[in-house]
Amino acid sequence: MLLQFMQWLEATPLSVAFHESIWSFPIVESVHVLGLCLFLGMAVLTDLRLMGITFKRVPLSEVMGYVLPWTWAGAVIMVVSGMVLFLNTPVRYYTNIFLRVKFCMLFLAVVNAWVFHSGIYRRIARWDRTIPTPTYARIAGAVSLLMWGGVVIAGRMIAYNWFDKR
Amino acid sequence: MVLAFFKWCEASALGKGISGSVYLFPVVEAVHLLALAVIGGAVLIVDMRLAGLGLKKESAAAVAREAEPWLLGSLSVMLISGFMLMCSEAMRCYYNGAFWIKMYSLFGAILFTFTIRRRVAAGATAPGTSAKAILVALISVLLWSGVGLGGRGIGFY
Repeated sequence: MLLQFMQWLEATPLSVAFHESIWSFPIVESVHVLGLCLFLGMAVLTDLRLMGITFKRVPLSEVMGYVLPWTWAGAVIMVVSGMVLFLNTPVRYYTNIFLRVKFCMLFLAVVNAWVFHSGIYRRIARWDRTIPTPTYARIAGAVSLLMWGGVVIAGRMIAYNWFDKR
Repeated sequence: MVLAFFKWCEASALGKGISGSVYLFPVVEAVHLLALAVIGGAVLIVDMRLAGLGLKKESAAAVAREAEPWLLGSLSVMLISGFMLMCSEAMRCYYNGAFWIKMYSLFGAILFTFTIRRRVAAGATAPGTSAKAILVALISVLLWSGVGLGGRGIGFY
């Protein structure tokens, strides 16, 4: 059923126009890559602070307070540009193994962030300045780094057609 | 002379090794992208502070000091992995306009970052921001964006 949706999506005038345009893909792809600097740059900094590696003298809540809005802005850029890129060849992307790996890791990264924010971060007042940071915070930071790294690697590999069905 | 260097790169064991392999280029490219995330954070956090947009309770000098090792580390990874990628398709890069936009932007960005930006950031020990600091942040973001856009453009040129 999802495949049928992708086939329908690929036949829409918007997808056809995007696919046929010379400049659309490079421009949106460039936005996606610059967005990566903002979104992942901020995420990496947050994760490193969670692991107690950077900005040790700055309270975690302060780092989060300033960095999170930018992370959200970066996330919006990534999701919107990523969805537009998907319009290029929906059926191919849908069947691409790397895209599936990317989405699985993306899902795990989001779950990890959600668990952290609804768990240990609620009691931030108790460990705002604690270095080394609590074990759970370090685990959350490390898992986040690994998952986002995986998202980047798998995302880059989508371009290669090693496992495409022809 | 530049052409001779690029020919030498293309013919080198490094260049031939990467271009002759199916998986090496994507692997080095992935490392290049992972370092991009780190350098993005290390550059932006300082520029945001210089522009008065983030970590306002810390001085720009303190933020820059904290970010410096990450900037140097990720830049090293970028330069090494980037050189490897270039060697694997040196002649293609030589005749690629986007590649040269990237190289000129990179030269400007590195020069600017380690001279003017470093001096302005080190001197910004007071809270708040200044017109000079905002200008420096803007130039820095523009130069590094040029590097990123030029880099992405190599694949499309």
